[in-house]
Amino acid sequence: MSEYTAIKVLWKRELLRFVRAKSRIAGSLGMPLFFLLFLGTGLNSAISGTGGNYMEFIAPGIIGMVLMFSSVANGLIVIMDRQFGFLKEVLVAPVSRLSIVAGKIFGGATTSIAQAAIIMLIMPFLGVSFALSGMITAFAFMVLISIAFVGLGIAIASKMEDMHGFQLVMNFLVMPLFFLSGALFPLTNLPSWLKVLTMIDPLTYGIDGMRGALTGSSAMPLWMDFGILALFCAAMIALGAWLFTKKSTGN
Amino acid sequence: MEYAIETEKLTKKYGELTAVDGLDLRIKRGEIFGLLGPNGAGKTTLISMLCTMLEPTSGKARVNGFDVETQASEVRKSIGIVFQDPSLDDELTAWENLDIHGELYGMRGGAKQKAIENALQIVELYDKKDELVKHYSGGMKRRLEIARGLMHAPAVLFLDEPTIGLDPQTRRHIWDSVRKMNREKGVTVILTTHYIDEADVLCGRVGIVDHGKIVACDAPSKLKTKGESLEDVFLRLTGSDIREEKASNQTMRLRMRAWNR
Ligand SMILES: Nc1ncnc2c1ncn2[C@@H]1O[C@H](COP(=O)(O)OP(=O)(O)O)[C@@H](O)[C@H]1O
Ligand SMILES: [Mg+2]
Repeated sequence: MSEYTAIKVLWKRELLRFVRAKSRIAGSLGMPLFFLLFLGTGLNSAISGTGGNYMEFIAPGIIGMVLMFSSVANGLIVIMDRQFGFLKEVLVAPVSRLSIVAGKIFGGATTSIAQAAIIMLIMPFLGVSFALSGMITAFAFMVLISIAFVGLGIAIASKMEDMHGFQLVMNFLVMPLFFLSGALFPLTNLPSWLKVLTMIDPLTYGIDGMRGALTGSSAMPLWMDFGILALFCAAMIALGAWLFTKKSTGN
Repeated sequence: MEYAIETEKLTKKYGELTAVDGLDLRIKRGEIFGLLGPNGAGKTTLISMLCTMLEPTSGKARVNGFDVETQASEVRKSIGIVFQDPSLDDELTAWENLDIHGELYGMRGGAKQKAIENALQIVELYDKKDELVKHYSGGMKRRLEIARGLMHAPAVLFLDEPTIGLDPQTRRHIWDSVRKMNREKGVTVILTTHYIDEADVLCGRVGIVDHGKIVACDAPSKLKTKGESLEDVFLRLTGSDIREEKASNQTMRLRMRAWNR
């Protein structure tokens, strides 16, 4: 039995579920669109005095938001699979645990990049447009962000018994990660306590990297953003794989 | 390696409760073996350990010659299972569920297609193959799970209360398929059931389990003495008290929900 086939079929399953859940996709795109539309437009005029374009500034932040939230939400699928029993069908199959995690990570990353792509297609209609060359670099960051946060989602799901616990994590971990990431405000001239927090937040590097790629201005050099994000990504894959494997073998 | 299943003082404890208690069991290749026992006797716990989904507290078990703890992936390559509790992906169609199963078990192309069609026909769900499983009734879901379990011919097939809630016609169909697999492909079958007639007609041997122990183990005809029915034997050995099923609330609720749909 080739592990490659197993990864592919689990990846396909995530895509199938994704295209079935149209209302869920619409729901998950609502919040970022509101942020972009209302916050973007509202603060655009407030900040226009400084000569910047706020809508363009937060656009990469919103892409990062979509990527992180939809990626971490893959943990919810793991919990649901456990509760509704489908996980047993997968775990008892002649497939290694690592391939199962890999299938989930690739599937989850693909669907969250698809959601980010939908937002990016809407952006030009709100007056935000990016050069194609920048998008290719940004795509590399999108891949890293989504893989890293699917890994985190799987890790959390392996520690949680039910969906309520998971919801709590979304509110108390993922929300702060979003607000501290510099998605909505520039990282320059922050009070030092806030500066430290933003530097700890891995999403900061993803959003700064995308912003550099798409708008040409980033707080840190792109190679540094990419390097730190890549390290975080590797750590999250390892953590997700380790906790998932541990959970599914220890009774 | 003449045994498909071999356990040695196999034990599982949940805290204070001993669900499987020092069980010694040998099942030969090619047998259809029935596990009978009241609710909470430990049948599902035993099967979970044999299929590598649950670690034994102590003792040993070998399935198809492989140790369930140290050779788990070899064991998984040797088995097929129909779980007692639901295990389908509700958001997918019946066909997609079986397709995933086929690929996970290394089936490809035309062979996979045929296996899916054949399995769906056995449980008479072929006409509903493109419907989402969440729109299925409880009985239809159960039939689909059995179809999935019968798709590939493993060395050892576990069926945990497979026919619960199904009508007599469907049960007969399933018995026939199980027998056919056993006869033609040499699949060893381990089956738990509440229907004593099922064990009686299907199984070469039955083990009666109570409080995690095997209290009797033989051919149905040999267990029956003095014109008893197998049900009499069962009641004589396990008493006539009603056992409460102490499944977790979670499992119970999910099971109820699954059946009521
Ligand atoms: N996850 C669990 N945690 C605690 N107790 C359990 C668990 N699973 C089963 N049990 C208990 O173990 C015993 C055997 O259960 P089970 O193997 O499901 O019996 P059967 O399948 O014969 O009905 C029961 O008393 C049950 O309540
Ligand atoms: Mg049971």
